[in-house]
Amino acid sequence: MSIDEAALLGRLRSGDEAAFVDLIRRHHPALVRLARSYVPSDAVAEEVAQETWLAALRGLPRFEGRSSVKTWLYRILLNQARTAGVREHRQIPVEDAQRAVEGWRFGPDGSWSHPPASWVDEVEDRVRAEQMTKSLRVAVDRLPSAQRDVVTLRDMEGLTAAEVCDVLDLREGHQRVLLHRARSRLRRTLEAEFGEAAI
Amino acid sequence: MKMLRPRALTCQEMVELMTDYLEAGLSKRNARKFERHLSGCDHCTEFLRQIRTTIALTGAVATDELSAQRERELTALFQRWCTDSP
Repeated sequence: MSIDEAALLGRLRSGDEAAFVDLIRRHHPALVRLARSYVPSDAVAEEVAQETWLAALRGLPRFEGRSSVKTWLYRILLNQARTAGVREHRQIPVEDAQRAVEGWRFGPDGSWSHPPASWVDEVEDRVRAEQMTKSLRVAVDRLPSAQRDVVTLRDMEGLTAAEVCDVLDLREGHQRVLLHRARSRLRRTLEAEFGEAAI
Repeated sequence: MKMLRPRALTCQEMVELMTDYLEAGLSKRNARKFERHLSGCDHCTEFLRQIRTTIALTGAVATDELSAQRERELTALFQRWCTDSP
């Protein structure tokens, strides 16, 4: 927990409403997004996120600040979602999901026969970059839920690998496998939509 | 025990090791093999660049802003909590 967060929680404990508003502005939208992995609708995700704030307020006296506020809130959220019995992971089958790149793009000796189409330089163009982040947002939502959770926490919310393992109860190796599949899948989406040599 | 010369990584193997490499999850030996391949392979170098860019772009996906109405609802929840708790 940072000094800034410690001060914020101190104010919250003394009933400072502005401190609470600060916290919900920082974390509520991300909580709703994460909850959405576990429940069937946006409305239920919103309820679970609200329940999370209540549980956090109740648990505040016992929070010792060993983790960041973010990690603490995500853990409560996942407990809420599970306790509510709403763990309804939306599983969307993904073809060829186990591989970073489709097998046909390599020759028999394992070297590229259809190399990666170039698109990275397009990021320099602001409009293009915005289109890419929009596509990514959709693509993240379509990931199998375990991959989505990991990539959301790691790459969108900026948690460390150790924090993600803590929040999601994963072993480090498994976390890395899920992250790899998710990132590979997202790269493929960008290549398919923005690659010069459309494949 | 026969000592075999370590086989070089293929491109197809490389793409599956990208995350392990970026997360410092490769053994020293494998990290060396990975970097050796990379230094001689433009396609895999480009691929790694794409993965890095994908990560950066994912981090740039904006989280929704909290709506004013939602903020009011949550603040009301906080006020109730303040009143209810001693």
